Amino acid sequence: MLIAERKPMEEILEMIEDFERILVLGCKGCVTVCCAGGPREVKTLSTLIRMDRKQKGRKVITLEDSTELQCEPESIKPVLEKMANQYDVVLSMACGAGVQAVAKLFPDQLVLPSLNTNFTGIAEEHGVWTEACLACGDCILGRTAGICPVTRCAKSLLNGPCGGASEGKCEVSKDQPCAWQEIYHALKRLNMLHYLKQKPQVKDWPVHPGRVVREDLREVEAT
Amino acid sequence: MNFRESLESGKFLVTAEVGPGKGTDVEHLLKDADIIKDRVDAVNVTDLQSSVMRLGSMAFSHLLTDMGIDPIFQMTGRDRNRLALQSDLLSAWVLGIRNVLALTGDHPTMGDHPHAKPVFDLDSVSLLEMIGKLNSGYDMAGNELKGAPDFLAGAVVNPGADTEAALELQIIKMKKKIAAGAKFFQTQAVYDIDLFEKFIRRVEGLKVPIIGGVILLKSAGMARFMNKNVAGVFVPMPLIKEMTDTKDKVKKSIEIAASIVKRLKDLCQGVHIMALGWEKMIPAVLDQADI
Ligand code: SF4
Ligand code: SF4
Repeated sequence: MLIAERKPMEEILEMIEDFERILVLGCKGCVTVCCAGGPREVKTLSTLIRMDRKQKGRKVITLEDSTELQCEPESIKPVLEKMANQYDVVLSMACGAGVQAVAKLFPDQLVLPSLNTNFTGIAEEHGVWTEACLACGDCILGRTAGICPVTRCAKSLLNGPCGGASEGKCEVSKDQPCAWQEIYHALKRLNMLHYLKQKPQVKDWPVHPGRVVREDLREVEAT
Repeated sequence: MNFRESLESGKFLVTAEVGPGKGTDVEHLLKDADIIKDRVDAVNVTDLQSSVMRLGSMAFSHLLTDMGIDPIFQMTGRDRNRLALQSDLLSAWVLGIRNVLALTGDHPTMGDHPHAKPVFDLDSVSLLEMIGKLNSGYDMAGNELKGAPDFLAGAVVNPGADTEAALELQIIKMKKKIAAGAKFFQTQAVYDIDLFEKFIRRVEGLKVPIIGGVILLKSAGMARFMNKNVAGVFVPMPLIKEMTDTKDKVKKSIEIAASIVKRLKDLCQGVHIMALGWEKMIPAVLDQADI
């Protein structure tokens, strides 16, 4: 899932400074699960905005709602149309893709991001997430016992570790295990250490922005 | 004899290392190089060591060739993608550089520009494969070169890897490097000779010359710093104590280094002395070690 965090309050307040009617728009997808931009966080952010304006003696109207998935047009449309003309600005609590999907669907409407989108990751423990997939477009997890070296090795090394690990931790951070040592242990558990001896790889990096075209789906739509 | 000839002759090799500094001042480095010139088979030139922005390895390697020293041009995958790496190798060849040491490189966070974009388009293994490709007259994309280099490529190995996983992985990777064209290995600094011997016994069947690393200890503090911060380097307590107790640190340092060199003579094919500014002491170390 996508992991995001709310921006610092000062930054959000500065962005919405010129507006009085604000639609705080959460998303019930990833950002609900990582407690950054779901209905609960929409409530909290709206309250904080109202408190700030009250303190400054300035008017504000906050509308609160959440889309099912803000990265899907079908999910955005009904919510925004329901409240058409009641707000000046959309303050999105979705990931960067969600914010852009709103902006694309409503080109005449200003939409602002209230989250910083960090990465595609998994929860390590309550309140701790780590990056797991860089969406490289050519998944090699089948050769690395389900641990991604492209993402979890700080240098995205494909042919084994650098010599920088110390006590099993990566040279960039003592909080980060060396991905290659983890891969070693996992392959050993699975009795598949021979996977480490495969031919050296060079990664062919995808060109950004990515684009996926599925002709089979397009054809179905056309008929 | 150039480095390739020395390597092929089977003699006990001595290499040293210089690290260009931050800025254009090269005078003292050239002086240091001149002092050791007649005692070494080659001199490594580091590539932005520890990810600190410095004068480049190619330029300084070239200056060494002008002095009649055969440089080992260190090249990491940290800062350049495959286009720049290949191009720099061709440039290095044209400038008279004949030996390359292929390294993955430290992460930028270790240095003085910690937020620089890390590249690592190629790692040490794919870098070696690419060098082989250039040597055979083609670039990585399979295009033919008009005039090809003929580099002698080497790599590094860290015999002091501190966990079982790290050591096994080092050895697997070492084999990949050999298959990719590494003709010699230089190692991280060795202080624990018994541990090094165990490592050598594990890899002696690979039949590639290993040049054991020696770092001149300048003080007990430096030893403790390396133990804490340099992966794979471990200075045993008795050596630290010797450095603490001595009145003459330089003399002691030379003595320790010479005794390590002496023991390495029986274990591997050469020594790589990293003097870190104390290049003047290298002749004394070699004299004491009877080299
Ligand atoms: S190899 Fe890693 S980055 Fe690439 S798709 Fe698989 S998990 Fe994602
Ligand atoms: S220490 Fe391990 S995880 Fe970190 S950069 Fe090196 S190989 Fe990758």
